[in-house]
Amino acid sequence: MDLRRSMLFIPGNNPGMLQNGGVFGADSVILDLEDAVAPMEKDAARFLVAQALRTVDYGSSETVVRINPLDTFAAVDIKAIVPCCPDAILVPKVESAADIHQVAAMIAAAEKPDQTPVKIIALLETPCGIVEAYQIAKADPRVVALALGAEDYTAGLGAMRTKEGTEIFTARTIVINAAAAANVQSIDTPYTDANDEEGLLADTQLAKRLGFKGKLSINPRQIDVIHTVFNPSLNDIDWAQQVIHAIRKAEAEGSGVASLNGKMVDLPIVNRAERILHLAELLGLMGGEK
Amino acid sequence: MKNAIGREIPEAISGIAAIKPFSGAFAIVPEMTRQAPKVKTIKPADRKLVDSLVEVFKKIPVTDGMTLSFHHHFRNGDGVVNMVLATAAQLGLKNLTVALSSVFPVHAPIIEHVKNGVVTGLDTNYMSGPVAQAVSKGLFSKPVVLRTHGGRGRAIECGQLKIDVAFIAAPAADEYGNLNGVEGPAACGSLGYAFPDAQYADYVVAVTDYLGEYPLSPISISQTRVDYVVKVECVGDPKGIVSGTTRITKDPVGLKIAETAAKVIQATGLIKNGFAFQTGAGGASLATAAFVRKMMEKDSVVGSFALGGITGYMVDMLESGLFKKLIDVQGFDLEAIRSLATNPNHLEVGADFYASPFNAGCAVNQLDVVILGATEMDTDFNVNVVTGSDGVIMGGSGGHADAAAGAKVTIIVANLLRGRLPIIVDKVLTATTPGETIDVLVTERGVAVNPLRADLKEKFLAAGLPVKDIQELKQLAEKIAGAPKAVKTGEKIVAVVEYRDGTIIDVVRQVEG
Repeated sequence: MDLRRSMLFIPGNNPGMLQNGGVFGADSVILDLEDAVAPMEKDAARFLVAQALRTVDYGSSETVVRINPLDTFAAVDIKAIVPCCPDAILVPKVESAADIHQVAAMIAAAEKPDQTPVKIIALLETPCGIVEAYQIAKADPRVVALALGAEDYTAGLGAMRTKEGTEIFTARTIVINAAAAANVQSIDTPYTDANDEEGLLADTQLAKRLGFKGKLSINPRQIDVIHTVFNPSLNDIDWAQQVIHAIRKAEAEGSGVASLNGKMVDLPIVNRAERILHLAELLGLMGGEK
Repeated sequence: MKNAIGREIPEAISGIAAIKPFSGAFAIVPEMTRQAPKVKTIKPADRKLVDSLVEVFKKIPVTDGMTLSFHHHFRNGDGVVNMVLATAAQLGLKNLTVALSSVFPVHAPIIEHVKNGVVTGLDTNYMSGPVAQAVSKGLFSKPVVLRTHGGRGRAIECGQLKIDVAFIAAPAADEYGNLNGVEGPAACGSLGYAFPDAQYADYVVAVTDYLGEYPLSPISISQTRVDYVVKVECVGDPKGIVSGTTRITKDPVGLKIAETAAKVIQATGLIKNGFAFQTGAGGASLATAAFVRKMMEKDSVVGSFALGGITGYMVDMLESGLFKKLIDVQGFDLEAIRSLATNPNHLEVGADFYASPFNAGCAVNQLDVVILGATEMDTDFNVNVVTGSDGVIMGGSGGHADAAAGAKVTIIVANLLRGRLPIIVDKVLTATTPGETIDVLVTERGVAVNPLRADLKEKFLAAGLPVKDIQELKQLAEKIAGAPKAVKTGEKIVAVVEYRDGTIIDVVRQVEG
């Protein structure tokens, strides 16, 4: 299971941040060639990010590069970046399965023969992209996640972006559902007020409740809060352990049906419990006090 | 000869009295009596107010070869040092020693006075700017003495820094010589660094631009020790004296270090009722305080006191009930001044109370935790806060070595890579604070624990902190940035670095140019 609780944007034209991107403990770092970089600086940033991928140790963080949209510099970006072996490419403004086919073909053409296949994360940030979410998610085996970009999306709707996020509720649930249906991850839009920790907490809790598996982040200060929310809680772990215990007991007793606190334990519940325990183990949350 | 941390110290240094090499942070036990200043009397009708510095120079009289002392509470807004030295030059005085607790860029005119022979000696705890650069290039013919804040207090008390005349820049004074730092246009807060000077100098002159009615209230330095009061037009520029508000860093790497440092403190188990804490006013230090504050709030911890340079942030913690007291030797901003003037739980103390090692107990000894910075640190945990990567003097111990010696846990916060330079080296260019008094280094890429503190290492590992061997951290930095070439210095000794107990911990040599 790929862990993408937090995906941190790092401006692709900032050498200091590129060098230090790995120290913040984000599950993924997104080296950004798009919004963070002015048009005049695109080539310099592309060169910097390529060098960073070759030389900087991002520790346990997955390396993702946000390229420019297909109708601008995507082709040049892919050609320069893919041979530097990022784990994934974040494609902005994806609107159709055809977009993904195009990107996948360009990636395949740029990959070195022995290279681990570069994954694709599709950033949906237009009303069309949301409509096509499921088709995009299953367009190519390289696609591992759908991410929501709510700022551009709201502009596309002609709605006002608010902290409560009522205006993006539908888009959020569509992205989550499409991703789940295609068996890929769903990643929530970033919370853009880096100084509002309480707002971030509430927004991230909502994202988790709705079913997102992680959240984009625009500031390293947000990572701890995001992780705290997406980490399984002690109650979650406790419950999951009871589920597994119940199912094992039923198996040992030769009974086909397990139950926990009077409720039947069926396959989806077991799957969820296993996912929680796997995550807890991965994060070192098992066995300690916390 | 080599001192206890392996630094080569010459047997004799021209211009410096008997050299005693550093022999361990607590090795020296003094056997002596204190310095006694002149005994004074004045008649009931005598007046202390004089019209000009020239007049006061003549009354004392100030003569060739004297040591004139000054405090640095006006920081880069100070006007008094330049004014007094200009007077000395005007009167044709020579061969003076300036004992100024810290030297700032505003003090650049000292360079001319040295070239003209007016000033031939400098005794300070910190220096930055043109004077520091000129010292590094060999401005003085005899070495500058670099002390710690506590060490300066000690040297004055013990007669090793004998002050002939203390010129005390006073934001407010009355005509009979009572002084405070909380009133007047040049209000600076605490006058703590001038306390030893006032107590032990042969003559004490207050220089002020704000005369209050007798008796002034509050009184920080009293009439019993002040011989003359000189009223001048302006003692300093408030813009260089205080900052409006002190802001916490927004640099993500600095915040990451600060957060890790706070977790380190939490793991020591010291964040509990009665917690005593010191942190600096800059960068990651103040951010650490913000993270510590959250932990204190979460667990409803009420600390005993916060110490040191006081900022508005610490004042807010006092007023929010997170600390019961502030012990203030130096205030940095307007909030610190307001609080000192109005809150009885905000205590003004002298450099000796704060940090002198040779008295019956200084405040740093009561600290649980201190957060400090470093320009360099070596694999023996010795810290340099004097010279920069080019070998040029750019700071000084200030209270660094004092607080490190006193606190139960001393934490250095620093970027593992500053620009393209690794912070950890095999051997620091200038040792300021001995490794035996440094417990933990916190960087953005891991935490190193002094092998002397196996107890802490165990606690940090149990808390899941990213503990790494200091060699491992050094290699990590060098893997990214490469190992920098050693700085080439000349032979001439431009400064001696005195440890707080009066022994010599290192020397600074001239840089080229």
